[in-house]
Amino acid sequence: MIIDYEEFENSIDPKAYHKGEWRWEEDGCTVTRTSHYSAPGCHDSCGLLAYTKDNKLVKVEGDPLDPAANGRLCMRCLDLVEAANNKDRLKYPLKRVGERGENKWERISWDEAGEMIKAAVKKLEDEGYGHESIFVANGTGRNTVWQVPLVAAALKTPNVGATNLSGQSCYAPRIFGTFAAMGDYLVTDVTQACEKRYSDPKWEVPDVLVVWGNEPLKSNADGFIGHWLLPAVQMGTKIISIDPVLTWWGARADYWLPIRPGTDEALALAWLNVLTQEDLVDHEFINYWCAYYDELKEHVAKFTPAWAAEISDVPEEDIIASARMYGSAPKGAIQWGLAFDTQVSAMEMCVTVTDLMAVCGNIDKPGTMKIIRNAFDVDAGESTSDIFCGSTFNKKLTAAVFGCEGMEFNGSVDSDAVNVAMESGEPYPIKMMWSQSSNALACMAFDAPRTYRAIKDSVEFCVYADPYMTPSAVAFADLVLPVSMSIERDSARTWWTPLRTMKKCTSYYEAKSDEEIVVWLGHLLNPEVFNRWPTAMDLVNDYIETALAITDENGNAVKPGFDLSFDLGADQRDAYDIHTKFRPIDSSKTAFDDLTESSCGYRYDEWNDTYEKYDKGMLRPDGGKGFNTPTGRIELISTVLPVWGIDKYPVHHENQQSVKWLNDPEYRKRYPLYCINGSRSYEFFHSEQRQMETMREFHPEPLVKMNPKTAEEYGLKEGDWVWMENECGRCMQKVTIFEGIKDYCLSAEHGWWFPEQEGAEPNLFGALDCNTNNLTHVYETGSHNIGAPRKTVCVRIYKVRPGDTMPGEQVTRLGGFRDYVNREY
Amino acid sequence: MKGILVSYDFCTGCHSCEVACKKELGLGKEEYGIKINELGPHKYENGKKTGTWEWTFAPMLTKACDLCASRTEQGKMPMCVQHCQAWCMAYGELDELVKKLDGKSRYAFLTPLES
Repeated sequence: MIIDYEEFENSIDPKAYHKGEWRWEEDGCTVTRTSHYSAPGCHDSCGLLAYTKDNKLVKVEGDPLDPAANGRLCMRCLDLVEAANNKDRLKYPLKRVGERGENKWERISWDEAGEMIKAAVKKLEDEGYGHESIFVANGTGRNTVWQVPLVAAALKTPNVGATNLSGQSCYAPRIFGTFAAMGDYLVTDVTQACEKRYSDPKWEVPDVLVVWGNEPLKSNADGFIGHWLLPAVQMGTKIISIDPVLTWWGARADYWLPIRPGTDEALALAWLNVLTQEDLVDHEFINYWCAYYDELKEHVAKFTPAWAAEISDVPEEDIIASARMYGSAPKGAIQWGLAFDTQVSAMEMCVTVTDLMAVCGNIDKPGTMKIIRNAFDVDAGESTSDIFCGSTFNKKLTAAVFGCEGMEFNGSVDSDAVNVAMESGEPYPIKMMWSQSSNALACMAFDAPRTYRAIKDSVEFCVYADPYMTPSAVAFADLVLPVSMSIERDSARTWWTPLRTMKKCTSYYEAKSDEEIVVWLGHLLNPEVFNRWPTAMDLVNDYIETALAITDENGNAVKPGFDLSFDLGADQRDAYDIHTKFRPIDSSKTAFDDLTESSCGYRYDEWNDTYEKYDKGMLRPDGGKGFNTPTGRIELISTVLPVWGIDKYPVHHENQQSVKWLNDPEYRKRYPLYCINGSRSYEFFHSEQRQMETMREFHPEPLVKMNPKTAEEYGLKEGDWVWMENECGRCMQKVTIFEGIKDYCLSAEHGWWFPEQEGAEPNLFGALDCNTNNLTHVYETGSHNIGAPRKTVCVRIYKVRPGDTMPGEQVTRLGGFRDYVNREY
Repeated sequence: MKGILVSYDFCTGCHSCEVACKKELGLGKEEYGIKINELGPHKYENGKKTGTWEWTFAPMLTKACDLCASRTEQGKMPMCVQHCQAWCMAYGELDELVKKLDGKSRYAFLTPLES
């Protein structure tokens, strides 16, 4: 075994790595010890040493003294010099001069940009539209999540969120699912909440790790660095992999369960069946801390392994044996991921797997699933717009547009509802759009061709803010604003723990940071709210100190963020205090400077570094033992779900294409293969890094994994370009033969565009040609509009031939792939 | 003699060592100081391991590697070892590193050309 954490720590030469210093001079460079948090991606913030000279980033290496990542940077951060100094970066605000899509721009000043925005807002008002007719789009969870909602606050609209991310189908379903069952969130415990990391004497090595519906090594999703798991594996953690595709985990697993895509809930219910029928549960934990166990046992009695085997295409004996292995482990953890969210059973799946953790007592004990919150309760996020947008709040586009009943719990806008508003003008039209750090057309949006039409036909004024010109900006924007990269901004982060700062090291032409853009726009359009933050640094400090909370007319604190007891009307905590739990070490310094200079840019909090918090009165607002739920226990059958308008008994649902694939032989003949959409790679974070030469050297083109039998049947070989097509559209990728996938499945990559190609329409940097979202559709979602079928897409394939019409041409010139009928896919 | 011990069962093929090294040595396209070899994935149909998967990544040193001599002189780690996300590389005296062998994983010693 190579890993010996104490030995590793002791081996780091404190002088060579300047222990305790946050900035120094070395080899003619200034070296800054800081954390990276977009742009460019990802969800994490690894500590690095930035070498800068003459206002330019010249070298990056990982910081071995940073406990969060231990200096172990991924290839993308190691290539940051290429990102920051890339010839494609935007230097100045740009105004569109040709038609939309022509990629013709003229440099303007920030003042002129401000005048354009003010004029557009005035026009909207003069025409009688409310500010709710402005849609603010953000991307996935990076260092824009707490800032972009303030764009919405500046524009006084409640509608901020993702662009056609149907069913909020990324991460949010897992949050909602665990909150429904237990009022808090859970992550696999591999010491990330403790500064001592793997030498923490409190920690124990998990006995079994279930890697389910994600490849954490490549995705690093949800604030979790996948390679954190590797020391545990070296120390003896056994693996169960549940994934239709073989991964590093599957190849090293005691059990690899290659399920049919979208059938995870059937398997999860069958595991619960085995655990309850064979009594492989932790009765002590259940008796003390859970409610409704008997009701759960009765509910899952009918979901036998034989039943699940039929649905999931996993042998019955493997379901039983793997469930026993998980259930018998003293300490089990379930590393859950995106595939939980990208199916219509998302809510059901997330509560069922929370139950799987709970019945085995794998809750907040060392080496199991850790209850985690944002460090020092710094919780600003999408809900921030709710408390600042003013009177438009009640007009927010939610699941109610689709007739969903029950209390609204989704802090984000319902993106399907935004699409309805764009296409039909109901309940009101969308006239203006502001997109910051999101390249939806190439990446996030379900049904990219439909998204193209919807935005282009409805939005009259569109702003894009990004470090690079993107296909989405070319297609839609009237104004493009240049955004600073992480290395060029003073910022802060809490997504779980530790609390971290990003220290500005360089500047880039006229690019502004997300914080600077927000403050600039706010002073321009909504000074009443934004006078609170004279500068971007004031905003950052306020974020750390109050999480941007406000005091209402009764003197009570109103905090952004999601809290079950608050949302159910029972919050009693700190009613008058808007402050977070952050307190500076050096009180003469601002919060940002204190963090950056007094503790090298990071600080761990005690709350997260505590186990069995339910036994210590740390979860409930009343300070009592137990969980933050109506019963104070983990509700194995949730009493919250019915309040949200969702059936409290979780069952498995198939998406519409799967129903046809299973029951209609004609359909299956037409579309015989599942395309699992969104396979990750080390080189890229979503649609980013395509400009970076080194990343493209390692990964030049989009790849679709195909079983050798499938390839032979279709006469395809390694490197052939192949069309994937269904009733929604088509896209092409390059075949790579891969033994570890079922012969009726393909695994395709997402986010591809080609900055080296023509940007103007019809090509749009090739963003539509290889886009697997051409195969997806909007408006099919799970319970309460949560979860959507992204990875369960049925397709046919055939070889690309010279002269074939490219999807870019089809979408931008030939009217798309089909008629887009409102509210049907 | 100094070198690198690799517990390559745990190598994930993440390319961090390759890129860290390229940047340090200023290498161009297709040029490496360390390069990961990939075997598989392949399911055994013969022998004692029938039914199990082989999918193994293992780095090898190229002629360009000098074990980051200029870095180690200053007390820093070689770039590949410092950035190994999988914690599967260790740098040091081979006599010391050999004590880590435990038969529980496949190991390899990597030693570069003496300059």
